[in-house]
Amino acid sequence: MTDLKRTPFYALEAEHQARFVPFAGYELPVTFEAGLMEEHHAVRRRVGVFDVSHMGEVVIDGKDALPAVQWLVTNNVDVAAGKAVYTVMCVADGGIVDDLIVYREGEQSFFLCVNGACRHGDVAHIKEQAKRFDCRVRDLSDDWAQLAIQGPKADLLLSDLSSHETATMPSFTFADAEVGGVKGVRIARTGYTGEPGVELYVKNGDAARLWRAMADAGKKHGLGYCGLGCRDTLRLEMKYPLYGNDIDRDHNPIEAGLAWVVKLKKGEFLGRAALQAAKTEGVTRQWVGFEMVGRGIPRQHYEIHKNGAKVGEVTSGTHSPSLGRPIGCGYVPTALATVGSELDVVVRGKPVLARVVTTPFYKREQP
Amino acid sequence: MNIPDGQKYTKEHEWARKDGDLVVVGITDHAQHKLGDIVFVELPAVGAQVKAGATFGTVESVKAVSDLFAPLSGEVTAVNDALTNAPETVNKDPYGSAWMIKVKPSQASELDKLLSPADYEKLCDSEG
Repeated sequence: MTDLKRTPFYALEAEHQARFVPFAGYELPVTFEAGLMEEHHAVRRRVGVFDVSHMGEVVIDGKDALPAVQWLVTNNVDVAAGKAVYTVMCVADGGIVDDLIVYREGEQSFFLCVNGACRHGDVAHIKEQAKRFDCRVRDLSDDWAQLAIQGPKADLLLSDLSSHETATMPSFTFADAEVGGVKGVRIARTGYTGEPGVELYVKNGDAARLWRAMADAGKKHGLGYCGLGCRDTLRLEMKYPLYGNDIDRDHNPIEAGLAWVVKLKKGEFLGRAALQAAKTEGVTRQWVGFEMVGRGIPRQHYEIHKNGAKVGEVTSGTHSPSLGRPIGCGYVPTALATVGSELDVVVRGKPVLARVVTTPFYKREQP
Repeated sequence: MNIPDGQKYTKEHEWARKDGDLVVVGITDHAQHKLGDIVFVELPAVGAQVKAGATFGTVESVKAVSDLFAPLSGEVTAVNDALTNAPETVNKDPYGSAWMIKVKPSQASELDKLLSPADYEKLCDSEG
């Protein structure tokens, strides 16, 4: 077994009764003292902080950085500096290597945030594919820590920490600014919860200082300390895919409902031919969200049946803390993928009725 | 750690308490704490036979599915149906209102083989 790494926040999290689990090579909190349900509600109702330092950071820069990144990812990253783009990287057959956010730092510089569990594979893939471009690829994951601060009061908390106003930042933009007395923090208007908020990239050496400033300011806003457990329930309520559960090399972005990140008109890119075919000819299976009609909680790998025959598998499932009922996702044949379609999820050997619903499962009340 | 006297325990974190001719069964405070927020409880029907060491139901927290193991063999004579709609009771009152089933034992001596409160406490300490 390889040694697990600790993020710069480990000791600070331990003060809040963090229960640590191994994830993506790190010891990360799965829950804190409040417990999953309360942590989840803290993000939906107030503000919560997540340590997501396991995420990977890769910088691609140089003369041909733009064509290199355009070749690597499916979305169009030829955007203005200061903008960010959610996308996937695919292999030639359209299978997904990872989903990621690409931040355009400048004309010739891109900062990529990739899944921690995919980091080493991604870096190898990126380096191989970037060989024929005049650019440099650097894995800076070990230099950066990351905090996600999410919830309806996230901007209020940030306003106590930084003179850079976050409330007016458009979604998928970023800026480097001083936060909590730490210079050069990257503030990104992104997240994985469906709530307003930011993701803060901070150098490891400054991480503890940022945390303490945030914790002090957080007291009056009811800041919750949140683990991986509620990160999963929050993202699933929004039907945001989790790499490894919901998307992988065996599924393409069209099947996964991510056609919106596949920009065929931008020019050549890896997987383009396969994805063009998938778009024009249609796909045989689609990733859907469903709610249970009968009693039972869907869980990853439970079989999905129709008329007694297996038609798919649950990729993610849980009890939704916001809705108070079970929700799940999975790939099903296209003919069964319409809203209202009835399926059975096999729970401990028994078929339990489920129904395909519109997603996201959770709809935030507009303020 | 809350491990009341006057009842027995299993290695799988159930408790069993004599109540006249019957034995009342539930899960321990340690178990509910480890599981976290419990959101689903599935129990057998009245009249079902349970067997010592075999599963008789399921509890689920938001993240995890956990089997329930019968402390002893016998016939289920009562089931706490209130837990179906209020599974969170298991977190709040695991030894009281969140009892799960009542069993008419087929071999009352099975109860003697279960863990004493002191032995159960040692088990919990060793599991951390």
